[in-house]
Amino acid sequence: MLKVSIYRYNPEVDDKPYMQDFDFDTQGKDLMVLDVLEQLKAQDTTITYRRSCREGVCGSDGLNMNGKNGLACITPLSATVKGNKLVLRPLPGLPVVRDLIVDMSMFYAQYEKVQPYLQNNSPAPAIERLQSPEDRAKLDGLYECILCACCSTSCPSFWWNPDRFIGPAGLLQSYRFLADSRDTATEERLAKLDDPFSVFRCHGIQNCVNVCPKGLNPTRAIGHIRNMLLSRAT
Amino acid sequence: MVRAVTSFGRSGLSDWLVQRVSGVILLAYFLFIGCNLIGGVDYIAWKALFAQTWVRVFSLMALLSLAAHAWIGIWAVLTDYLTERLMGTKGNVLRVALQLLVIVTIFVYVVWGVQILWGY
Ligand code: SF4
Ligand code: SF4
Ligand code: FES
Repeated sequence: MLKVSIYRYNPEVDDKPYMQDFDFDTQGKDLMVLDVLEQLKAQDTTITYRRSCREGVCGSDGLNMNGKNGLACITPLSATVKGNKLVLRPLPGLPVVRDLIVDMSMFYAQYEKVQPYLQNNSPAPAIERLQSPEDRAKLDGLYECILCACCSTSCPSFWWNPDRFIGPAGLLQSYRFLADSRDTATEERLAKLDDPFSVFRCHGIQNCVNVCPKGLNPTRAIGHIRNMLLSRAT
Repeated sequence: MVRAVTSFGRSGLSDWLVQRVSGVILLAYFLFIGCNLIGGVDYIAWKALFAQTWVRVFSLMALLSLAAHAWIGIWAVLTDYLTERLMGTKGNVLRVALQLLVIVTIFVYVVWGVQILWGY
């Protein structure tokens, strides 16, 4: 029997959060963590979490599983269970709405700050703005982000300053537009990032790289932004 | 975007650069001192070493680097842990008080250091 321990908190009835333990029979199968949750929810319908695509595409079921952030739907038990125990908690550092659901407002507010959309003031061409294959390749490793927040909520700098440090996810998207040959707002974008918090609270701890379920590397993107700021200023 | 009037250069980039450059200077200085200590030194040799102007200038550079490095580092730590978001107004009071204390301490050490370097 697998011991599953789930963080429970319903602010309407509970004074404080508690851990609820379940015995779970995997029947020898290497299930995904989300499958375990779904089966437990069939027994106890009050267990609350987000999920949608169940295939690592929507980014809604980011959880902290045995201490490491990831997507429950694509994390097999074999990759996370240690000593027959599975501890499920909400993503750290954000306010808990209920059980495994966190309030992502602060995360989205940081995302909004980087203006995650193409800006180009030149008149739009008749069909489309063309980009060479080389320039397009610069967006690889950036555009794939699904905004699951696994990275930002594993970053100590984001825990302490979620209102001032943009965090790895936002910065990865910031660089996605800084690196886009079709975007002409580079200077304005960089000017907004020069303060001591937005970018420079990153101390290169690389927790973000360690957890990204899409295998992306926010630390590298942050390094690129820093270099752009450096060459702009010196 | 964010006001950070108490940060060293008020820009994240300049703080970052100063932190790297001062780090390199400090490393060079400690290697230099280490090399001089390694064979063992007596008072005469030590005094002769610091009688040279370039050693004093180098030492002053290291001292100022240490001051800047310490300030930027401590500022970052204080603005991580002692914030209004985490502790309410108490966070602001505590942070500013500690910042003042650190500034005064660093200032005293710099003045004292200059006195030692050029006073003997
Ligand atoms: S960078 Fe990775 S971990 Fe971070 S939000 Fe995007 S997909 Fe999730
Ligand atoms: S590398 Fe930077 S952004 Fe990533 S976890 Fe560390 S401090 Fe946070
Ligand atoms: S449910 Fe969509 S990413 Fe897991």
